[in-house]
Amino acid sequence: MNKITNRQAICECLLEKAKNDRDIVVVCSDSRGSASLAPFAETYPGQFVEVGIAEQNLVGISAGLAACGKKVFAASPASFLATRSYEQAKVDVAYSGTNVTLIGISGGVSYGALGMTHHSCQDFAAMSALTGMRVYNPSDRFQTTKLIEALLKDTEPSYIRVSRSATEDLYDGNMDFTLNKANVIADGKDVLLVACGEMVPYAKKAMEQLAAKGISAGLLDMYCLKPFDADTLVEKARDVKLVVTVEEHAPQGGLGSATAQALSSRCPKRLVEKNLPDEHLISGTNREMFAYYGLDDAGIVKSVEEAL
Amino acid sequence: MDALTRKSYELRRDIIEMIHKSEAGHVGGDLSVIDILTVLYFDVMNVNPDNFKDENHDRFLLSKGHCADALFVVLGEKGFFDKQRAIDTFSQYQSEFIGHPNTDVNGVEINSGSLGHGLAVGVGMALAAKMDDRTYRTYVVLGDGEMAEGSNYEAMMAARQYRLDNLCATVDLNGLQISGTTDQVMSSALLAEKFASFGWNVIEAEDGNNCAQLVEAYKKAAACKGKPSVVIAHTVKGKGVSFMENEKKWHHGVMTQEEYERAVKDIEEVLA
Repeated sequence: MNKITNRQAICECLLEKAKNDRDIVVVCSDSRGSASLAPFAETYPGQFVEVGIAEQNLVGISAGLAACGKKVFAASPASFLATRSYEQAKVDVAYSGTNVTLIGISGGVSYGALGMTHHSCQDFAAMSALTGMRVYNPSDRFQTTKLIEALLKDTEPSYIRVSRSATEDLYDGNMDFTLNKANVIADGKDVLLVACGEMVPYAKKAMEQLAAKGISAGLLDMYCLKPFDADTLVEKARDVKLVVTVEEHAPQGGLGSATAQALSSRCPKRLVEKNLPDEHLISGTNREMFAYYGLDDAGIVKSVEEAL
Repeated sequence: MDALTRKSYELRRDIIEMIHKSEAGHVGGDLSVIDILTVLYFDVMNVNPDNFKDENHDRFLLSKGHCADALFVVLGEKGFFDKQRAIDTFSQYQSEFIGHPNTDVNGVEINSGSLGHGLAVGVGMALAAKMDDRTYRTYVVLGDGEMAEGSNYEAMMAARQYRLDNLCATVDLNGLQISGTTDQVMSSALLAEKFASFGWNVIEAEDGNNCAQLVEAYKKAAACKGKPSVVIAHTVKGKGVSFMENEKKWHHGVMTQEEYERAVKDIEEVLA
């Protein structure tokens, strides 16, 4: 079982790229430890900015740095980054088109029993609603690294959500990756599973369990929530009976919504959206919560069987 | 009359024309901030259409972005674009000269308009200069009503933390905002003390519409090492148009033809 988290993968990638790029700057809001970015701060103190517990300032300062040529990665818990500093993300980053990558760490229900203040179940919706902002939720560490490498090649704003815990490996360092194109993990005849982030390994296990029951499921890793890869979705959904989305997010404005929007206009299809409910969530570890709300492999299999 | 003061009154005439034609804009704040903008663009800052794309040009941010009208006439006068086109099309259908600074207008660094954003962005720009050993300075102009936004105080902390002596804020302290005096709404009386307590070098311009006083203030700011500076400019909202001065209704009032003629006459008298 892989122990390297996606936030560690981001740090390792930035450490490597910063060897030859003095313009890479990391900005944290007392979050360098929780973002696993302390090694970057220690190695490149001249390319690291600490703003203290001040998320609005985190994003505003990042935009100013970027407006002067810096390639900025600003990391803070997704719960605070996506809402406390929402207007700075809207005006200073998205509207202004500054070269800032906002990294929402410990996204979704990563913080488990810390409760609703620390959950970010609306970050996909909030960030997707901003004109000029791209939104990503990579699944494993290899895809995360490829994503960071790709984002370093352009200057447009992005929001990335990563989880607190390590995700099982789905790919390897030689994986195919094209920015804004979903990764097709498997093709299937009966069902198409569409998942993002930490939900992808659960969906993969569900796919294997469904195969054992004689149900052929395909799986799309839709790490790119915006721009949303509707072309691949429609192509893979065309010949199945059912599409099932799985996301660690509220029902509004996330993967399920984007999938429904794309299918309804281009490929009407039976759709089951699996997500966290629009209510105060129970206490527990993230894994316990996934199981409770039917987002784990067992829950996905159950939904598929019921719908078919 | 000195050249800067003359220019500030010529630009006031442009502002009045722009506001009257468009029936839009924020005339009161434009007239309080125009001397600050004139001094910065025509005396203090190293920025012009030729060096605007250079990495080492001085950066300017109008955090009180609703006074874009005043900024546009200054940028036009500076040669960034045809000033008359800005006057003629301000806030009109499909014009880039909208009611707030935006980068579709040559000479504007970043999109702004929501209050309380400029100082943090300015901190980032000043930090970038320190990282790259560049000598450019960053100037941010704020309104006194805007100082109720809490984000300013986050930026004030960071500016001191990183000893950004290449950052200079200006507060256009005209004592009025849309609902009334700042004392009635949220007082700006202790702004100098607030900045000082955050570790800033505080320079007060007793008459913030006096170009000579502003020139001196910015010289003091540039000479201060080891901490950021703020110029508290005690201005008059509506300055230069008798019936607008210190009247809250001219925050964004629209002039009748008669009022327009009186406003032009007031300004022409000073220029004569």
